[in-house]
Amino acid sequence: MTTTSTVPRPPRTPARAASAFLSAHPRTRLILLLSAPLFWLGVVYVVALALLLVTAFWSVDSFTGEVTTEFTLDNIIEVVTGSLYQTVTLRTVGVALAVTLIDVAFALPIAFFMAKVATPRMQRVLLILVLTPLWASYLVKAYAWRSVLSQDGILEWLVAPFGGQTIGYGLPATIITLSYLWLPYVILPIYAGLERVPDSLLEASGDLGGKSWPTLRLVVFPLVLPAIIAGTIFAFALSLGDYITVNIVGGANQMLGNLVYTNVGAANNLPLASAIALIPIAIIFGYLFLVRRTGALDNL
Amino acid sequence: MKRMTRTVRRGVTVGLAITTVALLTACGTSGGGTGPTEAASELGETEGQLSVLAWPGYAEDGSNDPAVDWVTPFEDATGCEVTVKTFGTSDEAVNLFKTGDYDVVSASGDASLRLVAAGDVQPVNLDLVPNYANVYDFLKDKAWNTVDGQNYGVPHGYGANLLMYSTDVFSEAPSSWGVVFDESDAYTGKVTAYDSPIYIADAAMYLMATQPDLGIENPYALDEEQLAAAVDLLKTQRANIGEYWSDYLKEIQAFTTGDTVVGTTWQVIQNVAAAEGAPTDVTVPEEGVTGWSDTWMISSSTENPNCSYAWLDYIASPEVNGQATEYFGEAPSSDEACEFRSDCEAYHAGDAAYAENIWYWTTPIEKCIDGRTDVTCTDYSAWTEAWQEIKG
Repeated sequence: MTTTSTVPRPPRTPARAASAFLSAHPRTRLILLLSAPLFWLGVVYVVALALLLVTAFWSVDSFTGEVTTEFTLDNIIEVVTGSLYQTVTLRTVGVALAVTLIDVAFALPIAFFMAKVATPRMQRVLLILVLTPLWASYLVKAYAWRSVLSQDGILEWLVAPFGGQTIGYGLPATIITLSYLWLPYVILPIYAGLERVPDSLLEASGDLGGKSWPTLRLVVFPLVLPAIIAGTIFAFALSLGDYITVNIVGGANQMLGNLVYTNVGAANNLPLASAIALIPIAIIFGYLFLVRRTGALDNL
Repeated sequence: MKRMTRTVRRGVTVGLAITTVALLTACGTSGGGTGPTEAASELGETEGQLSVLAWPGYAEDGSNDPAVDWVTPFEDATGCEVTVKTFGTSDEAVNLFKTGDYDVVSASGDASLRLVAAGDVQPVNLDLVPNYANVYDFLKDKAWNTVDGQNYGVPHGYGANLLMYSTDVFSEAPSSWGVVFDESDAYTGKVTAYDSPIYIADAAMYLMATQPDLGIENPYALDEEQLAAAVDLLKTQRANIGEYWSDYLKEIQAFTTGDTVVGTTWQVIQNVAAAEGAPTDVTVPEEGVTGWSDTWMISSSTENPNCSYAWLDYIASPEVNGQATEYFGEAPSSDEACEFRSDCEAYHAGDAAYAENIWYWTTPIEKCIDGRTDVTCTDYSAWTEAWQEIKG
């Protein structure tokens, strides 16, 4: 008696038929597999961005607020030449640069301690501590800073006995809050970069007579530079596009994001808003272009 | 490997094709259609649902405070299931209403004309709104609810943009708007102002009293020169502004902590702030006040016209109008509504002379609404641009 003859022939269900078809046609299989992500990348992501760019060349009927789909360069010209946009762009870039510098200054020692000094157990604890703030809502953290910096907030309470007073709302408050918000995004890539620096290199440097500072400067720094730049991309890009923090603690100041927000929300001028949105896009592309050779993009 | 790349390339081609189609269709969808230009002549069965776009506090359904609910009785009476969406500024209301997702909107005067001009709202046959008969005559047939003799809705309530001050800083009520303009130096960093282009009218109203040479007759009808003067005034004020407000909770907090000590406000903000123990009070300065008179309007693309009419009539009924306007802190639209609330005197309800003294928000348009024909006035887009320039 043979066993093969007792195995019943599987019933021909549609699923089986489809499966057999796909197994015989690898190309169809691949198309089906890739179509969903390609659709997402193509339509949801790239087309949305492309439409944004196209909208910048339209205009708006000033009274009814209807978008007129006629090609015009007015918005671009206004955004490039208008003193309002130049001032706000400079302010925004200034804030973003300050936030980036502050974050790197804080992140470097923290990341170095985590990667090279702390015990493995301590390392995990520190990693969790760095990640914890990310679990709280952005808005909660920004409003918390609003309370801290207010006239009867914690800061005032702390410094008042020494004759100081709170800095209040304004650009410094914005820089502090944004630095706080983005710090984890800067620590993590630098930490990951430092992790990859082999300890043996540090030992070799020591063996050859290198003291700690030259070792850091000549061995560690060049190796983690791409990781640092990766961190700055996060802090810089996120600050450049932010409008909520400056709205909450920025006092009467506005950044590029606020101009976009007012033009979409208040003025109903979507074309002008997208023209303004091109400014941070251009700046970020410029920055990415500058740093592309450092290998920073591989560290993102 | 080679086959793989060819497939990927084909995938990219397909993706590009989809992209192109999407782009083309997207380009063809802007510029919505216009709705009915004739008001309805009769009503039918209610449709079973209604989508309301309202100022916060105008259409309470008990979700903020179970005791404050006039939406549920409406649902029970008409069978129209109501969904409520609130907005923070008139500009936001105009934008949201453009989506066509809402049947009715409570539009202030700085929004209503824009909605009419864009064809987003339809004329209303007031014979089908029995409670319209009660409405104060001085709220009827105004520039912001009636265009070319056609009525576009039912008045809801009206109120003033008052001057709020911290009683810690001011021993007595400031008598002039000068405290936030010419004398704002004394409170550097602690002055607030309403964050909207329409606030330019407050500056114009102040200039009307202090610089008669400019010849401003109506703060919503400003020629280039008058607008420039208002902008200059607001730029001077900008140096002393701590922050602008449009979120009323933010203003309450700023007054409570002392970050802000003087600026414009609404009565409802004073009510909430006082209830929380903030040292604040409000006053009407000698130069007068700007304010709002709101109108319930119906979308031109509504699929629920009968529920919409039912809502307009319901919200204008004395009891509901009394509740809703009392909750928000403004004068109701009729004397009958005052019988359902106790604080009508505080808002000068029915006092036509007082109501006349409020400069109600009106959308600035090129045709000067003060009657001048020798100049063109600055329109709302010019005000928006000026406002962004002021904020810098």
